[in-house]
Amino acid sequence: MTAIDTHRSDAHKAIDAVWRIESARLIAGLARMVRDIGVAEELAHDALVAALEQWPESGVPRNPGAWLMTAAKHRAIDLLRRNKLVERKHGELGYQLEAEQMAAPDFTTSMDDTVSDDLLRLIFTACHPVLSAEARLALTLRLLGGLTTAEIARAFLVSESTIAQRIVRAKRALADAHVPFEVPRGPELAARLSSVLEVIYLIFNEGYSATAGEDWMRPALCEDALRLGRILAELAPSEPEVHGLVALMEIQASRSKARVGPKGQPILLLDQNRALWDQLLIHRGLAALERAGKLGETRGPYALQAAIAARHATALAADQTDWERIAGLYAELSQLAPSPIVELNRAVAIAMARGPAAGLELVDALTSEPALENYHLLPSVRGDFLFKLGRLAEARVEFQRAASLTRNSRERDLLLERARISE
Amino acid sequence: MTFMMLMIPKGYEKAAPGTIPDREAVANMMKYNESLQKAGILLSLNGLHPPSEGARISFSGGKPKVTDGPFVEAKEVIGGYWMLQVKSKEEAIEWASRCPAGEHETIEVRQLFELSEFPPDVQEAVTAQRSRAGQ
Repeated sequence: MTAIDTHRSDAHKAIDAVWRIESARLIAGLARMVRDIGVAEELAHDALVAALEQWPESGVPRNPGAWLMTAAKHRAIDLLRRNKLVERKHGELGYQLEAEQMAAPDFTTSMDDTVSDDLLRLIFTACHPVLSAEARLALTLRLLGGLTTAEIARAFLVSESTIAQRIVRAKRALADAHVPFEVPRGPELAARLSSVLEVIYLIFNEGYSATAGEDWMRPALCEDALRLGRILAELAPSEPEVHGLVALMEIQASRSKARVGPKGQPILLLDQNRALWDQLLIHRGLAALERAGKLGETRGPYALQAAIAARHATALAADQTDWERIAGLYAELSQLAPSPIVELNRAVAIAMARGPAAGLELVDALTSEPALENYHLLPSVRGDFLFKLGRLAEARVEFQRAASLTRNSRERDLLLERARISE
Repeated sequence: MTFMMLMIPKGYEKAAPGTIPDREAVANMMKYNESLQKAGILLSLNGLHPPSEGARISFSGGKPKVTDGPFVEAKEVIGGYWMLQVKSKEEAIEWASRCPAGEHETIEVRQLFELSEFPPDVQEAVTAQRSRAGQ
C-alpha cells in the first residue's frame, strides 16, 4: 500500500467510526423531518458519501454530527427542488427544511431532548409489529446499530442480498402501512416496548449462543445489543423492564471469556472458571437490576431472568449456587410468562437442588410438548439426568437425539462426546 | 473491544495532597461523561487522587520497595480514566477527541487485552476447564 493509500484508508476508518457514533441520531432526526425512514436513510448516506469525499482532505470536522446533518439537509432540498411532481406538501416541507437550515445550522444547538425523542421514535419504528421478526432485527441493526449490510449478513449467516432485500422490503412495509414516526403512548406502549426489548435480546442471543454455524459465540453482536440496550435505558429510564434486560445482558456477557475454550469448544456454566467472569460487567448488571427494582413495580420477565443470572454471578463457586432460590425464581417466571422452556430451566434448577430424579419427573412431563419437539436442550437435559442416575444407555440415546437437533456444530460435538462416554 | 482513555494532566505530578479538580472542569466533564453514557459505550470511569497521596512499589533485586509520592522522576501521571466498549481504536480516538480537555491535558487511548489474543496454551491454562466425564 502506498503512503497515500494508507492515509486514505486510515481516514476511512476514522470516518467509519464517526458514522457509527452519529448515524442513528442523524437518521432519526432526518426521519422526523421527512417522515420516511427510507428517504431519511438515503439522505444520511448521501451525507456520508460527501464526508468520504471531503474529510480525507479537510480532516474530520469539530462537530461531525452537525456537518453530516447540514449536508443531509442540503441534499434534501436539492431532491425536493429537482422533483418536478412536487406536491404542495413537499413544497411546504422544502420550505420548512430551508427555514430549519437557516435557523439551526449547528446540530448541537437543538436540544438533547429532541435528539432523544427522535432516537426513541426510530427505535420503536424499526421494531414495529407490522414487520416480521427478521425484518425488525435487520432494520434495527442497520439503522440503530450502524452495521453495514455485509456485517448483518455475516451475523445471521445469510447472503448480503438477502439482508439488502429484507431491509428494502421492511422500509416499504412501513411506508405502505403508513406507520407514523412516533413513540407509542398509553396502552399501546407496553406491547410495543416489549417488541423492542425482544428484538434487542434476539440480537444478543444470536451473539451469545449462536444458533447455527461454526462459532459458539459472536461477541460483536452481544456488544451491539448491549449498546442498544444501554442507549434505551438512558432514553426510557422509567421503564423497569429495560433495566431488567440490560441487567440480564450485562451479566450474561460477563461470562463470555469463560464460555469458550481455546479450540472454540463451549464450556458450560457450571464448569467455567469463575475468575474469568468480568466483575465489572457483573457490577453493572447488578446495578441495572437494582435500578429496575427501585422502580417499584413487580418484576417482569427480563428482571426475573436477570435475578436468576445474578444468583449465578454472585456464587463464588458452582457448588455455592442457591438452586432452591433459582428454582423459585423460575417458578415466578413461569407464572408471569409460562413457557415450556422456562419449565425446562426450572427442572434443571430443581434437579440441582433436590437430585436428578426430581428433575427427571418434571422433564418427563415436557416430552410431549409440541413447542419442544425440535428443541435440542430437552433431550440434552434429559440425557444429563439419566446419566446422573446411572441410566447410561438411555442417556446415550438422548444425547444423540440432542446432537441431531442442534444446528451449531460446536454444540453438536459436545453432545456427541457426552453420548460417547455414556456407556 | 474495550479501550481505556487515560487522562494525563500536565502538572498533576506536582499536585499537593488534598487537591481536588476544580468545579468548572468537573461540570464540563459531567456533560461529556453523560454523552458517553447516552451512547451506551461507557463501562466505567474514575478520577484518581494525586500521586502525592499515592505510593510506588518497585522490585529491583526481587524485593519490593515502597516509595511514597510525590515521585520526582515522573513527568506524566494519570489523573483519571474511562473504560469504553467500542468497535475500533478509531472510535475510541473519536470519543477522546470530543473530551472537553484543557490545554494542559492529554488523553492516551489504550486497548485492553482479550484472552483470545493469547496463544492457545496460555488460554488453556487460564481457562482451567474440567471435563464433565465421570461427574
